[in-house]
Amino acid sequence: MPIIKVENLVKRFGSITAANNISFNVEEGTIFGFLGPNSAGKTTTISILCTLLGPTSGNALVNGYDCTKESSSVRKSIGIVFQDTTLDKDLTAEENLLFHAYLYNVEKAERRKRVDDVLKLVDLFNRKDDLVKKFSGGMKRRLEVARGLIHRPKVLFLDEPTLGLDPQSRLNLWEFITALPEKYGVTIFMTTHYMDEAEVCDNIAIIDNGNIIAMNSPEELKKVIGGDVIYLKTRDNAKAKDEIKSMLDIDASTRDGELFISAVRGDTCIPELIRTLGDSVLSVRLQRPTLNDVFLKLTGKAIREEGGADTDTIKAEVRAYRRRHE
Amino acid sequence: MEFNAIYVIVAREFKKFVRERSRLVSAIARPLVWLFLVGAGMSRLVPPVGGVSYMQFIFPGILGMTILFSSMFSSISIIWDKEFGFMKEILVAPVSRLTIVVGKALSGSIVSTLQAVIVLLLFPLLGLKLGATDIIGAVIICVLVSFSVSAFGIVIATFYESYESFSAIMNFIIMPMFFLSGAMYPVKLLPEALRFAAKLNPLTYGVDALKYVISPLAHGAMSPDFSIVTDLAVIVVLSVIFVFAGTKAFERRG
Ligand SMILES: Nc1ncnc2c1ncn2[C@@H]1O[C@H](COP(=O)(O)OP(=O)(O)O)[C@@H](O)[C@H]1O
Ligand SMILES: [Mg+2]
Repeated sequence: MPIIKVENLVKRFGSITAANNISFNVEEGTIFGFLGPNSAGKTTTISILCTLLGPTSGNALVNGYDCTKESSSVRKSIGIVFQDTTLDKDLTAEENLLFHAYLYNVEKAERRKRVDDVLKLVDLFNRKDDLVKKFSGGMKRRLEVARGLIHRPKVLFLDEPTLGLDPQSRLNLWEFITALPEKYGVTIFMTTHYMDEAEVCDNIAIIDNGNIIAMNSPEELKKVIGGDVIYLKTRDNAKAKDEIKSMLDIDASTRDGELFISAVRGDTCIPELIRTLGDSVLSVRLQRPTLNDVFLKLTGKAIREEGGADTDTIKAEVRAYRRRHE
Repeated sequence: MEFNAIYVIVAREFKKFVRERSRLVSAIARPLVWLFLVGAGMSRLVPPVGGVSYMQFIFPGILGMTILFSSMFSSISIIWDKEFGFMKEILVAPVSRLTIVVGKALSGSIVSTLQAVIVLLLFPLLGLKLGATDIIGAVIICVLVSFSVSAFGIVIATFYESYESFSAIMNFIIMPMFFLSGAMYPVKLLPEALRFAAKLNPLTYGVDALKYVISPLAHGAMSPDFSIVTDLAVIVVLSVIFVFAGTKAFERRG
């Protein structure tokens, strides 16, 4: 029996339909990802599953309990890391965790031990007496994940857990999160709008404008692209382009000083290209299709990386600006 | 109700209160300013009535003020918790909404009773003679009033999502509640309309009940306005209503 079962879920806010008749199941012990751009309806769905919002219509069951009618049993079964931090910054790390342990009625004999255990798990044991306001974004996230595990939930919800973190912290957090199902038997339900992060999921639902537009494992989803992408750099791209067209009958296009070729089998296409172009080839890159390409194909638009302009985007913009003006 | 949850909600409030020195200082300074600056100044204008000096007359009101401010601040910190997200941690936990409201109301009660007791212990400076039973009686009344005002504050807090509304609450709820509580002038001397408003104010009955304990022999204008039974009954009934209303508001889901 699936641990999360959602049937024909609808949630409207006035004229906005945040969840439009969505259905899906999540199997116990797996990592399930909800992937979609901002405003797709990810947080709304999580809020319904964790009993903070009531659905307009439809059913949601978590751990066999109805999210509307048996909210208390659902609440006992879940842990959650919200999109925006919900720690008390004026309490210490340990106090935040103890608060949680009391709130979830963890037995007296167990409380301290569990708090210490999760603190060690997320590598914050030696910072337990520090006020949370002194913590970095990554530390706060880790602390929140730790807190969500104290009462041994069956399902851990993570709403954009890496939002606003630097790449290194993101990597660390994922390493830690992906180990949880095996360690604790917990099922993970996560949302993200970073396509690359969804790769760690066993199954993914792609959601756009409140609709689930595709659902499968990452590998299966990428098969819809039907091929690979090859990037090629040569001494003379224009000349190479003509040669590829005349000898191999493949259309190449130019992007950022590289030739871009889409091919059904990239691995066999590369040797042909090199044979054709000889030593004018400077570099070759074979790219497997990404979930980003999947999203692009399904919706006709790239996922928007809105919000917190990260340094990479800024750098890219600066470079683009210079190219235009120099 | 879940007692571990109530305990930890109260413990959090208490811990933060102790940690935040400025809150404690201003909580104690405010009543002292009113008592010794406003009260002492007004004493020059208002002669003693029925054996009660003006300073003695406003002492219950000053205790009420201490309770009003600190209970209301404690309860509307819920708005703060909503804005900074911590409220979600509480709301998603497997505890009944009644537990949350009672826990919050008790947090406010304990913190403000503590402050009221500190102010109460200044009674010898005003020439008051209170025995142990009077003090115990006053503390019990303070606990009841604090609970009632805290519960009222919770109901208010459920209407707001952002702390920007703080000054509106201060100007349009807290200050009128103070001035229309019989703290600074007897309710019986107010014009009809204001007297009506005062009768709707939970704090009025708290201040009135304290008058019975602080100056039991007062008669005339400065004597209490209602019977002590009325005072206590209204405080208890209002507490129950506020807790119920707060619980209902918390049970609402979007
Ligand atoms: N409380 C609310 N009131 C009105 N509209 C809302 C509310 N919560 C979310 N929405 C709207 O519902 C849509 C989905 O939002 P959300 O679930 O937060 O998306 P995501 O988490 O995928 O970014 C958005 O258009 C958002 O503006
Ligand atoms: Mg969201």
